[in-house]
Amino acid sequence: MISGSLFPLILAAALAPLMQSVIVRSKSVMAGRVGPPLLQPYRDVWKLARKGAVYSNATSWIFQMGPTIGLASLLVALTLLPFGGFAPLSAFSGDFVLIVYLMALGRFFTVVAALDTGSSFEGMGASREVTFAAFAEPAFFLALAALVRQTGYLSLNPVLAAVSTATWTHAAPTLGLTLAALIIVFLAENARIPVDDPTTHLELTMIHEVMVLDHSGPDFAMIEYGAALKMWLFATIIVSVAVPCHSGNRWLDTGAALLAILVLGVATGLLESSMARLRLLRVPQLLLVAIVLAALALAL
Amino acid sequence: MNQLINSLLVILVLTGFMLLGSSRLDSCIRTVAVQGVLLGILGVAMQADQWSIAGVMLPLSSAVVKGFVLPWLLFRAMREADTAREVEPFISYNLSILAGATVLGLSLWLGRQLQLANQPASSLLVPAAFFTSLVGMIVIVSRRKALTQVLGYLALENGVYAFGAAVALRLPILVELGILLDVFVGVFVMGIAIFHISREFDHIDTDKLTALTDRLR
Repeated sequence: MISGSLFPLILAAALAPLMQSVIVRSKSVMAGRVGPPLLQPYRDVWKLARKGAVYSNATSWIFQMGPTIGLASLLVALTLLPFGGFAPLSAFSGDFVLIVYLMALGRFFTVVAALDTGSSFEGMGASREVTFAAFAEPAFFLALAALVRQTGYLSLNPVLAAVSTATWTHAAPTLGLTLAALIIVFLAENARIPVDDPTTHLELTMIHEVMVLDHSGPDFAMIEYGAALKMWLFATIIVSVAVPCHSGNRWLDTGAALLAILVLGVATGLLESSMARLRLLRVPQLLLVAIVLAALALAL
Repeated sequence: MNQLINSLLVILVLTGFMLLGSSRLDSCIRTVAVQGVLLGILGVAMQADQWSIAGVMLPLSSAVVKGFVLPWLLFRAMREADTAREVEPFISYNLSILAGATVLGLSLWLGRQLQLANQPASSLLVPAAFFTSLVGMIVIVSRRKALTQVLGYLALENGVYAFGAAVALRLPILVELGILLDVFVGVFVMGIAIFHISREFDHIDTDKLTALTDRLR
């Protein structure tokens, strides 16, 4: 089943934190600040990786396994994802289902690890995470299913390769709806602003941050790095649908995709600078809209 | 041209969901206005192969009436009834959107079942028409204010208009003009009625109107 190259995985591993710092940088420019250096996420991960981890007496092995499984599931998911013109490490019929399940596995262990601490604060975050995931996962799955139905392939690599400018001209409504649903899921899954505020620490509104309060050292480095990889994964899918560049030259395609990811990062930063977080009760409505958009795309 | 019609129909369906999900009266009025304009453009787009003055003027005048005149009347009714800006539904917005999704599934199924005599321009036309009328019915049933019932009625009429576009490529001009006039007069009368209801009872909450009787107390 080894069919492609390691290149997409290496690219994701190397550049994923950079996308986060692009978002931070565009937010700081909008606010008139200089902002942290672009390599700050790498430094954070390196700093955390050298520290020791502190484990509470109240926690069990599940708490220690959580970050590892979370990062591992994302790395495995990234081996299934093509980038630019490069085929992923492995591709088989139905691998898009595996991606959704791998994300769910990582989420499950993050949530269970948060519950394992016995902290009521983390329990609240876990409950919110699962509530929103119950809406975000069907939307993601339906969006992928819409792409599968539109292109007629069952594996993510040929599906994303089949989306082209020709597909856009004869099925613009389907692709537009799918793209809108994917962008909402991207914002929700990565704790960006209409759903969750990534800059709030220790506030009652937060979802993802609150679940990882008790992790420290290398474990926290894995969580931070995993968050970057997760954002990269969604960004790659969005970019391959939105900017289907198949020029024949793989390096040119990769350059175009990287540029599009840069644009997506800046756009996310602009969105976060220009709007406020939604009320917690309104978030399921936004995600329901994503489900409806994806279902409509599938039904067309 | 088929792509344009399809995109317009998808936007029409999305405005249906906007109508179900938005909590503000004024955004609901604007959504219904957008529906009217969309249907006008749709009516023009459907006749792309055989232009005629009457065929283009009719959808355009319908777009002007539904997109600008009726919203103006409704905004005026809203201002004069001095009503709160919230929609006040009986069921939650999430439930409304879910009901919309169910109705969408139902209309897609209905669209497959129906055998039309002449093939409509797009396979989405009949489902979108059904969906818009059913959304109008949901809005009429599930919202509390008299004004939202007018909006539901307008959405219902928009659905009927879209269905007419699907079934008969060109209705007689007299019939279409008559329908347009009926809708205009209907909304006009409803606007006046809303004003009188709100002056008589200090609110336009239809839920409380069910307690009215002929008996003097």
